[in-house]
Formats: sequence, C-alpha cells, structure tokens
Amino acid sequence: MTVQETTTATTTATGATGRGVRRRASARGARAVAAAAASLATCVALAGCAPAYGGASPSAGGSAGSGQLTVFAAASLQKGFGEISQADATQEERFSFEGSSTLVDQLAGGARADVLATADKATMDRAVEKKLVGEPTLFATNHLVLVTPSGNPGKVTGLNASLTGKRLVICAPAVPCGRASQKLAGELGVKLQPVSEEQKVTDVLGKVTSGEADAGLVYTTDAAGAGDKVDTVEIPGAEKVINQHLIATVNGAPDPQGAQRFIAQVTSPQGRAILARYGFAEPTASATASPSGSAASASATPTASATK
Amino acid sequence: MRTPLPRWLWLPVGAALLFLVVPLVGVGVRLPWGRLPELLSAQASLDALSLSLRTCFASTAISVLLGCPLALALARARGAWAAVARVLTMLPMVLPPVVAGLALLVTLGRRGLLGASLSAFGVEIGFTTVAVVIAQAFVSMPYLVIALEGALRTSPAGFESAAAVLGATPTYVLRRVTLPLLGPALASATALAFARALGEFGATLTFAGSLQGTTRTLPLEIYLQRETDPDSALALSVVLIGLAIVVVGGAGWLTRLTQTSEGGPSERRRRGRRADVGVPDRAGAS
Repeated sequence: MTVQETTTATTTATGATGRGVRRRASARGARAVAAAAASLATCVALAGCAPAYGGASPSAGGSAGSGQLTVFAAASLQKGFGEISQADATQEERFSFEGSSTLVDQLAGGARADVLATADKATMDRAVEKKLVGEPTLFATNHLVLVTPSGNPGKVTGLNASLTGKRLVICAPAVPCGRASQKLAGELGVKLQPVSEEQKVTDVLGKVTSGEADAGLVYTTDAAGAGDKVDTVEIPGAEKVINQHLIATVNGAPDPQGAQRFIAQVTSPQGRAILARYGFAEPTASATASPSGSAASASATPTASATK
Repeated sequence: MRTPLPRWLWLPVGAALLFLVVPLVGVGVRLPWGRLPELLSAQASLDALSLSLRTCFASTAISVLLGCPLALALARARGAWAAVARVLTMLPMVLPPVVAGLALLVTLGRRGLLGASLSAFGVEIGFTTVAVVIAQAFVSMPYLVIALEGALRTSPAGFESAAAVLGATPTYVLRRVTLPLLGPALASATALAFARALGEFGATLTFAGSLQGTTRTLPLEIYLQRETDPDSALALSVVLIGLAIVVVGGAGWLTRLTQTSEGGPSERRRRGRRADVGVPDRAGAS
C-alpha cells in the first residue's frame, strides 16, 4: 500500500516523462520488497533464538506473579496438577506434560521452565546431577497395577500363567515406568513377554482402553484416571516397588517465587487431597527418609493390595 | 533461456537454505563421531534399521501397486466426484500422524470397524510387523499418487492417442506407452513415498506399538534412545538422514538419467507434438 501511494505521488509530480517515472517507481517497489524480505529474514532469525519450549514464559525482568508459571510435569500428573492449578486462581500455570526424561532432556537443551515434577526418583536425580534443578521435594507415590479392558476379556488374574498367549503391553525399560516394571518382575521372579514396550505409560493405557491389549502394567494413578474403561487387577507384592514423585524449582527459573508457591500448593493438604483422588498415595515419613525408597517405605505404607 | 532472477532475491534464497540446512549441520557438530561404529552396531540399532528397510520396501511396493492405478484414474477423472476422490486421497498426507494412527486403530484394531470381524477369524493386526507396513503405506501412498498424477496431467497425450488410433488396446497403450513415459516421474514419486514411509512415526506408535525387531522402526528407536542415550539417538538420526539423502538423491539422479537418454524433456515435447499431427489431442486444451 505504501509502495502504491509513492508511485502515484511520483507520477503526478513528474507528469509527462512517463517512462522514467515507471522505472523509478518499480525500483522503489523492488527496494520495498527487499526491505520486507530482509525484515522477514530477521523475524525468522529472531524466532530461532527464542526459547524452544517456553515461548510465553514470563521474562526474567517481569515482576513475580504477574506472568505465567511454566511447569514441566510427568504425563501422569496431568489431571492432578490441572486441578491443583485451578484451585488457586491467583497464579496461572502453563503445563508441559511429557515423559519425565523427555522433560529433563528439554531442560538440559535450554528449555525455560520454573518447576520440574518427575514421576520417578532416578530422573529427578539426573536433573539434580546436571544442576538443572534445586533441592527436590517428595510429594506423592504410586505403584504398578495390571489393567485390562473393562470386563477383562482376556481373563487376566495377575502377573502369572493367565497371561500366557495374551497381549501384555508394558513400558520400555528405558523409561521410568518400564524400569519399575522390570524391577517388579524381578522381585516377583516372573519373566514378562510383552507384545509392545511403549514410551509412555499413557500409551500403555491407551492400548488397553482401546481393547488392543489384554493387559497393561500401569500405575495406580493411571488406572484411577481411566475410570470404568479398565478393570484393575492388584498385583500382590507390587507395593515393594514404590514409585516416588518429586518436584523441584528449576535453576534459573524466570519466576522462582512463583515456583515455590506452586510447590507449596502441591504439597499442601489441599494439594495432597486432590492428588489422592487421582490414585496417588501420600509419601510416608520413612519414604522421605530412605534415599532409595522402595522396601522401607512399602512396609510403612498401608495397602490393601495383598488381598487376592 | 530463462531471464535472470533479480539480485535481491538471493537474500531470502540464502535465508531459506540456511533455515533448512543449519539444523542438519547441528546434528553433524554434536555427533560423537568416535562412538559412531559402536553406537550403530548395537543390536537394537541393527534390528531397527533392518525392520525399517524391510517394512519400507513392503509399504512402498503396496503404494506403487495400488497408487499407480489410482493416479492414472485421477489424472483422467473430471467433475465433482473426481475432486472429492482427490481430496480423500490427499487427506492422509495432511493429517497429523497420530490422527492417522487413531484412524487405523478404530478401523483395523481389535474392536475396530473391520478389525472386529478380522479378529473373529483369528486375524489380529495390532502389534505385528504388518501393522507397521499398513501404517507406512497409509501415510505414504498419497505422496506417490499426487506426484504421479501431477506428472500424468502435464504429459502430452499424443503418443497414447496415436497408439489407440493405430488399434492398440487400452492395456497395450498403458503397458507400452503410458508407463514407459511415466518412468522418471514414477521413480521420483516412489522415492518420495519411500522416504515418507522411512520417517513414519506417529501412526506406527499409535497403531502398531513398539517392540524391538517387530514394530520398533528407526524413528521409534531414535525416540526411545533419546530417553537414555541422546548420543545414540543422534547417531541413528544420521543413519536416517543418510538413507533419506540416498533415496531422494538417487531418484533425482535416475530421473535425469532417463531424461537425457530419451533426449530430454524439450526434445520429448517436440516429438510429442509431431505425433499429434492428425490425432485429436485430448490434453491439447489444458
């Protein structure tokens, strides 16, 4: 539009010498396009420099609490954290729900976030080791259960002979829930023969709710989240492999106070009550004390799983 | 001879090239070259590579066998139904891969539209290598069809009409005229479909699952390796990039080879026009 106006102005000013005018106008047009292209190139370059994951994260200079808080949380925390976030209207959170190790990789790759919550201790340890986060807090635990499509068409009764010839889906050993599955199988002395090793526990659940798989090893929390789409089969001895959820402030967080506030919210009685509704258990004193978790905390955690 | 491009255009040209190439350079810089042989010779990597190649050849074969006839039909079709068919053909191309996977799941899965009946006969596709091939063919065939159809639409119909006038049956025309002329386009369309199948990830993950040697193709292995060993993921990425270069570059080379041996496109066009003499050319108007 600007180019058009300039052309008209030049034409009226110069009058009869039509040829010259046209040439000059087109030269101007070309220059304008070149400028536009240059500014476009700058945009692209700038966009390339912007943080890959925290596009809308509050700038470091902004006053605390004014912007959005970016929370990187394990996929299993999606519903629980969503509700905790809604319970407090004073602060707004932006969540990235992914596999725990993916989140740590993203942080290591320079992604900007304020809070990291992992679904296992090993992954949080890795983040601490890489100095990506501050001191982590244990805020919830869960353990593995077998889920089947509702009605249990495969007649699966546990990690036993009932699984022979059935389609069992578990997490890949490379991811936390897969590590836990391997550990549990080791504890129970059974060999798992899955038809698929998924990347995320939610993918395992998806294979079960869709009826593709006869059974899947997921966490109590995933089973609770799936509601009546699945039947839950408790595994005797599953409480031996307790899975710890930890939360920490990301080092160099754009909004450290906000991060602390969110962590306090999660660990508050209200936050714990919300998490309990999604199948999480409260961490017990012994679980907090013992660094490696499992055996000691299991004996202290009251569970009803050893019934059948 | 084309007129030269205005000089200022080289600025966005350079920006575009940088934009596309710099990430690949990034992979090369970060790659632990010393560990490469060790990383790539891991059993899981070899299994993934072998599975990827086998499934891609199978899915590309399906794409060619089914996609060629579809492209031939679409290239000649006119009217509203043809437009609808074309949109439906292109759909898997623009669908997010996860949606493609979900679509396959609710169709061919155990409780799916067709899968339920198949399951009753004891045929179960989920979690098998067949599922991987189906997922790859579903997302890659449209690339072949669209590329071929484009080539068919722009190719002169003179030879075909001449052959038909001289008494050749439609099958004979297809076999001896249409398909040979289509050679270079078919090569590049096939390469495109192969490359797309090679990169297939979302639909496989959603529909086929992930198990070493059975359903865990290279992209899935890369995704998984990233969890524990990002170096290994990078090393496998290089393999995938290399394969893609070979496939796409090879097809380009093949196309040029066939074109020069036939006298190049301009030569062919001239000969085509000569063949038009006395033969009503259906494509003449377009």
